[in-house]
Amino acid sequence: MAPKKNAAAAAAIAPPTTQTTTTTTTIPSSTPIKIPSKSSSQNQSPQQVAIGIWKTYLDKTPQRTKLIDVFMSFLVVVGVLQFVYCILAGNYPFNAFLSGFSATVGQFVLTASLRIQTNEENKAEFNSVSPERAFADYVFGSLILHFFCVNFIN
Amino acid sequence: MVAKTQEPFFQGSTGKNSRGVLRIVILCLIAGAAIASRLFSVIRFESIIHEFDPWFNFRATKYLVSNGFYDFWDWFDDRTWHPLGRVTGGTLYPGLMVTSGVIYHALRALTIPVDIRNICVLLAPGFSGLTAFATYLFTNEMSTSPSAGLLAAIFMGIAPGYISRSVAGSYDNEAIAIFLLVFTFYLWIKAIKLGSAFWGALCALFYGYMVSAWGGYVFITNLIPLHVFVLVCMGRFSPRVYVSYCTWYALGTLASMQIPFVGFLPIRSSEHMSALGVFGLLQLVGFVEFVRSGVPSKQFATLLRGFVLVVFVISFGGLVLLTVSGVIAPWTGRFYSLWDTGYAKIHIPIIASVSEHQPTAWPAYFFDLNLLIWLFPAGVYLCFLKLADEQVFVVVYAILASYFSGVMVRLMLTLTPIVCVAAALALSNILDTYLTFKSPDEPISAATVTDGASNGATKKAAKQEELRSMRQPLVGIYASFSKISVVGAMTTYLLIFVLHCTWVTSNAYSSPSVVLASRMPDGSQHIIDDYREAYQWLRQNTKEDAKIMSWWDYGYQIGGMADRPTLVDNNTWNNTHIATVGKAMSSREEVSYPIMRQHEVDYVLVVFGGLLGYSGDDINKFLWMVRIAEGIWPDEVKERDFFTERGEYRVDDGATQTMKDSLMYKMSYYNYNSLFPPGQAQDRVRGVKMPEVGPVLNTVEEAFTSENWIIRIYKVKDLDNVGRDHASAASFDRGNKKKKAMKKRGPKVLRVE
Repeated sequence: MAPKKNAAAAAAIAPPTTQTTTTTTTIPSSTPIKIPSKSSSQNQSPQQVAIGIWKTYLDKTPQRTKLIDVFMSFLVVVGVLQFVYCILAGNYPFNAFLSGFSATVGQFVLTASLRIQTNEENKAEFNSVSPERAFADYVFGSLILHFFCVNFIN
Repeated sequence: MVAKTQEPFFQGSTGKNSRGVLRIVILCLIAGAAIASRLFSVIRFESIIHEFDPWFNFRATKYLVSNGFYDFWDWFDDRTWHPLGRVTGGTLYPGLMVTSGVIYHALRALTIPVDIRNICVLLAPGFSGLTAFATYLFTNEMSTSPSAGLLAAIFMGIAPGYISRSVAGSYDNEAIAIFLLVFTFYLWIKAIKLGSAFWGALCALFYGYMVSAWGGYVFITNLIPLHVFVLVCMGRFSPRVYVSYCTWYALGTLASMQIPFVGFLPIRSSEHMSALGVFGLLQLVGFVEFVRSGVPSKQFATLLRGFVLVVFVISFGGLVLLTVSGVIAPWTGRFYSLWDTGYAKIHIPIIASVSEHQPTAWPAYFFDLNLLIWLFPAGVYLCFLKLADEQVFVVVYAILASYFSGVMVRLMLTLTPIVCVAAALALSNILDTYLTFKSPDEPISAATVTDGASNGATKKAAKQEELRSMRQPLVGIYASFSKISVVGAMTTYLLIFVLHCTWVTSNAYSSPSVVLASRMPDGSQHIIDDYREAYQWLRQNTKEDAKIMSWWDYGYQIGGMADRPTLVDNNTWNNTHIATVGKAMSSREEVSYPIMRQHEVDYVLVVFGGLLGYSGDDINKFLWMVRIAEGIWPDEVKERDFFTERGEYRVDDGATQTMKDSLMYKMSYYNYNSLFPPGQAQDRVRGVKMPEVGPVLNTVEEAFTSENWIIRIYKVKDLDNVGRDHASAASFDRGNKKKKAMKKRGPKVLRVE
């Protein structure tokens, strides 16, 4: 399960990335860590790079996408909490843990798909999928996902 | 591929409608041909279930129909694996039975009450029509040519490689699994082309259905991730790939875990780890792509790429570590033997003992796929020429399925769809090229043609004016004769293909193994129906709960036709139990009798083909029984003891003493001499003369022997009333005088009571 967790966590730092090279990620908060920039020199430190990314993210991203990102980071938090609890308390009703964890992972992935499809920059890739259609697909996928999870959790 | 579709007939909008009508008519005819060519056995013999495995599926379906779905879901079957029983609900793939049950109830709701047996018999032909349609859809995603889809559909409809597992009466998992396989692949291609979560979710749903139907779903589970992995390695990662794959994986894995037989396998076993790994990899790659778009500096992008590689390597290492430490189950023997082809024969003889698990010989390819097999590489090559995402899938599928079908005969079935698709791509390409009647005009140099008059004279003049070597030659074949000859040759091949398929289906794949047919000298058909005769005898003349011991091949049939509890059956989930039966069959009577008593065996059933020359009998399978028993009790059963000094396996006078003493030998040849004049007993399978004096049985007595001696049933005797052992009791009954003991007392033994 380790790669999955890392991947999900890593992918979730999309919004507010504060580090890039380590895999053991802390839970990304949706609030930026304010680091006072000392000087705008040419050779940027990683910190400044991160701040730059954060700035451009805040400026460029439309409101709707930010909303999606907040939801995604919430999902990551929930998933990590579940995983930590599973490690601490054992996985006795394993199907319950699995259905809960896959619900978060699956919902995260579906939301990421929605975010990708509704992104303006990917217009060329998805010429047959309008944003409304993408949302309808998202609802369809989520319904199936929750049906299976509820069925699996017993 | 031909990019521009050329349609010589039916142009314009009315033409479009006519073409649509034509397509519908053609597809209906293809479905009709697919169904009709599978009905040979029903028309020749009768509408019954064939082979061994389908009998269990049939029995389970009957249980489902009569007891409802919930009872079926947690059905504990106490009439198989006698002392143990079988938790059937959790150890089968319920998709096939549920499908038949749904069809049964739907027909009843339409007031067409059809017997469940007929639904089971005709399920495979019905689904073969759907398979042809699914192949049509799949191929249309691959090529723009108007003929490719239809060609693939007709190939798939009548290719013997698929008919072999889906004739009427072959009510096996593959009957619906191949349709689901092709349709899942179609949905997958659709999803990856459009980048649509909706198609990805549909693909996941059908994947879930496929998981519920067949154990071969692992092929899909590994093929789709492999496709995505190849795409990522080719640098073709795109948001479409991310959306379609992640939707499929998240929903499909959950869907597959709903099946009790699969349970937690998708996260606990090595067969499913590739899908999980690719899922993780896609998250990483997607994240890195996302960050890279927002970062200007070049070094940073390289850093990210390095980060992906490092994480990938770490995850891979973690996976290996987990597998070694046992958290993730290693490959099961059945799948592992695909990689290490010598593994099964050495370690798990029961896998190697199944004839379908042998490697494929070349003639089998030509026999099952005729002209498709040499069009197949050409089609794959054409996919290389136009390498879009979906063509990569064809290439990956083709390579993988070719390898697997070479390792195992039964996996020819997974190769057949892609062979049909690739062959249709190649053939449609040829037809699109040669079936156009338009030829491009000869280019005439502009200097000579002034008034645009293109009569012969100016042409001639033009030709003479310029140098011959300066003329631009027109490359290509434009003469109508050449076109007609090529198209004619192709048409001939196609017609021969149809003839071949019909011939193969009729002669090789349409014989139920339950009834044996032979020809009389005058050409009339003689049916040998010993199996059903014996099973019917068991059904009518034994107690309701009489336990039958036989080799595992016949377990399902006894349960299905004779309706009696068995010790072992074709679901070989407990090797030790099978080895117990093998030991009982291959030991002396004194050893076998306690084993049979312990397992409460009432009757023992052996198949003997010596009188008729029926080669699939138990004496020919006997060595496998010995091997499987030897795997568990190496010091009690030894394969070497059944061979003569020179290493021959003999049943005549030269047979070893161990062979002659074994229960199987005795039961097979008991009283066999009485059929012949003295000294002329012949075994027609082994082609040897049998010894003068037949074997003597003490612990079992003959209960039933079928008309042609194919099935012989023995009743296990009860314990002796006086407490003697059976050998001395029997010899006393035969009136053998005891040797006068010269008043000699044996060594005294203390009575302990």
